[in-house]
Amino acid sequence: MSDPILRLEGVSKTFGGLKALTDVSFGLNEGEVVGLIGPNGAGKTTLVNVVTGNLRRSSGRIMFEGEDVGLQKPYQAARRGLARTFQIVQPFPAMTVLENVTAGALFGGGAASVGDARDKARQSLEFVGLAPLADRPAANLALAARKRLELAKSLAMNPKVLMLDEVNAGLNSSEIDGALDLIRKIADSGVTVLIIEHLMKVVLSLSKRLLVLHHGQLIADGPSREIVSDERVIEAYLGQKFAARLKEMHHG
Amino acid sequence: MKPLPLYASLVVGLAILAAAPLYGDNYVVRTAAIVAMYGALATSWNFIGGFTGYPSFSTAAFFGLGAYVGALCQRSGVPMVVAWAIASVAVAAFAALLGGILLRLRGHYFAIGSIAVVELCRLIVSSWSSLTGGGDGLNLPLVQGTPEDLMRFFLMVMLVILAASLLVTILVDRSRLGFGLRCIHQNEDAAAMVGVNTTAYKVAAYTLSAVFCAAAGATYASWTGYIDPTDSFQIVLTVKVVVMALLGGAGTILGPAIGAAAFVLLEEVFWANFIDWNRAILGLVIVVLIFFLPGGLLSLRRRLMPGGAA
Repeated sequence: MSDPILRLEGVSKTFGGLKALTDVSFGLNEGEVVGLIGPNGAGKTTLVNVVTGNLRRSSGRIMFEGEDVGLQKPYQAARRGLARTFQIVQPFPAMTVLENVTAGALFGGGAASVGDARDKARQSLEFVGLAPLADRPAANLALAARKRLELAKSLAMNPKVLMLDEVNAGLNSSEIDGALDLIRKIADSGVTVLIIEHLMKVVLSLSKRLLVLHHGQLIADGPSREIVSDERVIEAYLGQKFAARLKEMHHG
Repeated sequence: MKPLPLYASLVVGLAILAAAPLYGDNYVVRTAAIVAMYGALATSWNFIGGFTGYPSFSTAAFFGLGAYVGALCQRSGVPMVVAWAIASVAVAAFAALLGGILLRLRGHYFAIGSIAVVELCRLIVSSWSSLTGGGDGLNLPLVQGTPEDLMRFFLMVMLVILAASLLVTILVDRSRLGFGLRCIHQNEDAAAMVGVNTTAYKVAAYTLSAVFCAAAGATYASWTGYIDPTDSFQIVLTVKVVVMALLGGAGTILGPAIGAAAFVLLEEVFWANFIDWNRAILGLVIVVLIFFLPGGLLSLRRRLMPGGAA
């Protein structure tokens, strides 16, 4: 197999005495769809922040396409093709939907001019199904549409790796199904996708491989089916007591 | 605004100011020159305060430093116009360096920091007597000519500075830079995430906000022939310029210049008619305008003509 497109080697992040990430190592292969799960506070968002330069890693190496990008700033990550969405959506509220996506194409996607960026933005909006709302102010969109806007903005940046931080949080189940189809479509276009979720259902339906983060440590990395029956993972999610009870039920 | 009406109003506005000597006496010409000067200052502020949304109060620092650099150059024998150019470039460089530090602050903290720059510049200039003459101020070589000729000349210079600042505003508004600055205004973190080099863009906006202020300051020094620290680094000037830009419409192309014209004219009217109460009346007018016209005078156009949205 060729080298992973994104590789973390012993990455740690501390905030004063608090260890948010401890010695995390894994690689994402080109075109792969990987799920990153873990209970609240496990360090999932911190991990994304460290990769995109929103936070500086305390130690370890972050390799993107064979280059150490541990010291990059967020705008450099965006230009390199490391795109992300935020758990709490971050639109430019007074701009129209089209202008929002144009910003992604112009700065992150390296479009030659504002006009080119606008064309590219229309394609992205078409792709995510927001084209009819192109001229609406971003602030007027409902949550599901705002999440799609985030996706369109990221796609306009021509990402190589796309990290989706809880894109499904707050959506109802039919909206989630729509979002899943969209993520599948994005993955099919060849983009490497890291899905950060705590909804198991979502992750399992998309990714064959799972990473599990618990108390800032990567406690499992492997095929989804094996991971979900891994004792440590169940413990992390349910606590020791319930994990033990679950085990009894299986054996009993 | 669509390009055509924009250019038309721009040309008409500049022409009305430029024609002042044809229809008015020396007082009118002087007022036109003051309008042009404040128009340039408010248009400059618009780069950082309007487009980028960083409430800068550094205008007086750039104006005063421009005045001093220009004055010192002229006193050491540099021709006047060259002195103005040197002042503009030097202050732009100063703003770029300062911006790299100051623009790490956001919101109120940036506002306070930018005010401190004005006070610091004033203190340094008044203490550095060997170079700046301290509190005694500096005399500049007198420009030869009749008072009428001089007034006309300085009106034209101020108009050139105003026109240049407006031209750069139009260029920035259409470019990648302008787009990026508006993104920063709306949501700076999101701007960085889509790939805007926010630090570089903010420094560029701050530098642009300095260069025309410095040119105006240097010109003003040559015009009055004498400068001192208190007059050159006035907090009142800094605040006035911000009010002008807000009055006309911050973040628009022509708004700040229109606001400057409205403000200067109001000020003149109240000075002339209500010598005791002029400040109070002006203050009231400002409060009323900002309460009822938060988008500035330019937003009237949108309200009055539903089809004429920008």
